[in-house]
Amino acid sequence: MSVTAIRPDYEAHIEFRDALANFHGNMLVYVHWEEHLSFCSALAFPLPAAMPFAALVDEVIKPHYAAHPEAAGIDWSKVVWMIDGEKKQPDLDKSLADNGMRHKSLVRFWTPGLNGFRGSAS
Amino acid sequence: MTVKKLGLKQRYAHMTRGLDWETTYQPMDKVFPYDTFEGIKIKDWAAWEDPFRLTMDAYWKFQAEKERKLYAVLDAFALNNGQTNISDGRYANVVKLFLTGISPEEYQAHRGFAFAGRHLRGVGPRVAAQQQSLDELRHIQTQIHTISHYNKYFDGIGEFPHMHDRVWYLSVPKSFFDDARTAGPFEFMIAIGFAFEYVLTNLLFVPFMSGAAYNGDMSTVTFGFSAQSDESRHMTLGIEVIKFLLEQHPDNLPIVQKWVDKWFWRGHRVLGLVAMMMDYMLPKKVMSWKEAWEIYFTEAGGALFQDLARYGLKVPKYADIATAEAEHISHQNWAIFYQYTHAAAFHTWMPDKEHLDWLSEKYPTTFDKYYRPRWEMWAQMEKECKRFYNMALPMLCNTCQIPMGYTEPGDPTTICFRETQFRGETYHFCSDGCKDIFDGEPEKFAQSWLPVHQIFQGNCGGATVPDVLNWYRMNVGADNMDYVGSPDEKLWNEWQAGKVKAAS
Repeated sequence: MSVTAIRPDYEAHIEFRDALANFHGNMLVYVHWEEHLSFCSALAFPLPAAMPFAALVDEVIKPHYAAHPEAAGIDWSKVVWMIDGEKKQPDLDKSLADNGMRHKSLVRFWTPGLNGFRGSAS
Repeated sequence: MTVKKLGLKQRYAHMTRGLDWETTYQPMDKVFPYDTFEGIKIKDWAAWEDPFRLTMDAYWKFQAEKERKLYAVLDAFALNNGQTNISDGRYANVVKLFLTGISPEEYQAHRGFAFAGRHLRGVGPRVAAQQQSLDELRHIQTQIHTISHYNKYFDGIGEFPHMHDRVWYLSVPKSFFDDARTAGPFEFMIAIGFAFEYVLTNLLFVPFMSGAAYNGDMSTVTFGFSAQSDESRHMTLGIEVIKFLLEQHPDNLPIVQKWVDKWFWRGHRVLGLVAMMMDYMLPKKVMSWKEAWEIYFTEAGGALFQDLARYGLKVPKYADIATAEAEHISHQNWAIFYQYTHAAAFHTWMPDKEHLDWLSEKYPTTFDKYYRPRWEMWAQMEKECKRFYNMALPMLCNTCQIPMGYTEPGDPTTICFRETQFRGETYHFCSDGCKDIFDGEPEKFAQSWLPVHQIFQGNCGGATVPDVLNWYRMNVGADNMDYVGSPDEKLWNEWQAGKVKAAS
């Protein structure tokens, strides 16, 4: 164990606060629209692992980024995706789990041609 | 008969030393169980020196005198309606941030030093830690009394202790102190006594107190003055503790270095709130965060670590990254609060043109390129009645608990994502500094109470934003949202109109 603790049984008392089991059947998913930092950080969502990737795009990503002036101009067929550090084209019909996502996965996406307000990444 | 008076030094020796005894009914290690498990080796507790040589009876006398002066000024401030003479109604939000974000940590410091004052077996450090413990209790008390006057007029103040334990951004300073207080007494002394009170304290108190002075808040200035002699004692304690540990045994160096690295970075993250306050919240600016960082960390801290180099102690890891971040964090933090203004217990506002020009001047190589367009875009949206709100919850750093809004070193257009795997689970971080801290003690930080995740787990009053705000005891429509259109603004404008009327 790395923690220097006074009690020898410290490890037996660790409370893993963000264990998957604590999210009532959902897993945590983080989403981030690259070069659009007016959204100050990636967004967090509790979602079922069985949700199709298409639903993640249509029901979660699109409405939450809609406020950005460039959102309406996104060509979703040209979006570049990165899931947990790996650039790949997700299968929209398959579930998040079948696309390799798990609890606390991070989905980053780039929208070619759209680089934020006046190209400032905002 | 004449009573022979003791000299100061003799008197100090009598009042502080020889108060202890070697226990016989119980072994000393059982009486002081906490001062060995961290691995710190002390050969001679008597080598501890208090430069202040303050005895308890003198301490009470000094403090009582300062209290009398402070409360006289507070009374005068209240009688003269001092709240109407601050620079602008917006300034009240600085006071709110201080009371909700800083004052509860004075109390945490009080408890932490009370613990150290009980559990270090050397009498010198124990007396010093006990005095600091009392100072910290006095600080939160005087801060509450000072700010309670603002509570009569401005929103967002009344529920500060309740909010401290619940509100998402207050988990940042709270978790900082929870971390320190759940460490052993030596780590606590390095974390708070050295890293915070010695290395970083000028970046906390000078901005708030000069900010108060520049903005007509004479009551806060006065509690600042009242705390000042305490603070210099705390700084002396902080430097003494690090020298003492490093002089006692060479094996202490790697342990102390690890703590210095950790607590410098944690402190730097917490101080991001001060950065934002200086650059965005003070109606009358003192200096930019970047300037403050250069004076108080780069120059003063540089000299300090040069002095400590003779013990083998190095400049904290990632100090260079922190210095580079001084260019960015205030903008990034105010942007976080601007878009989550619906969930903040103080008001936000759009910087006006004059303010933007000041920022352009203070941050000539970065502001116009990266941040000015962001404010101009949002200003445009405000004009079109589409004021920008972020309607999702942010991803948080597992260590500092701040929304992951900081950018890659050297690339302000890309968020810095770091992660680590621990026992089959992923943990995310805003920086290498925060990742290293987790990796050093994963068993501790796997237990982080991250507000966003707690909301999703159903532990924060309900599933909707209004449920959560209700659980925070936030008075929606008064405590939160923009300053423009707030009851605070309305009241401030009435005061100003009243002044004009009285003058005419």
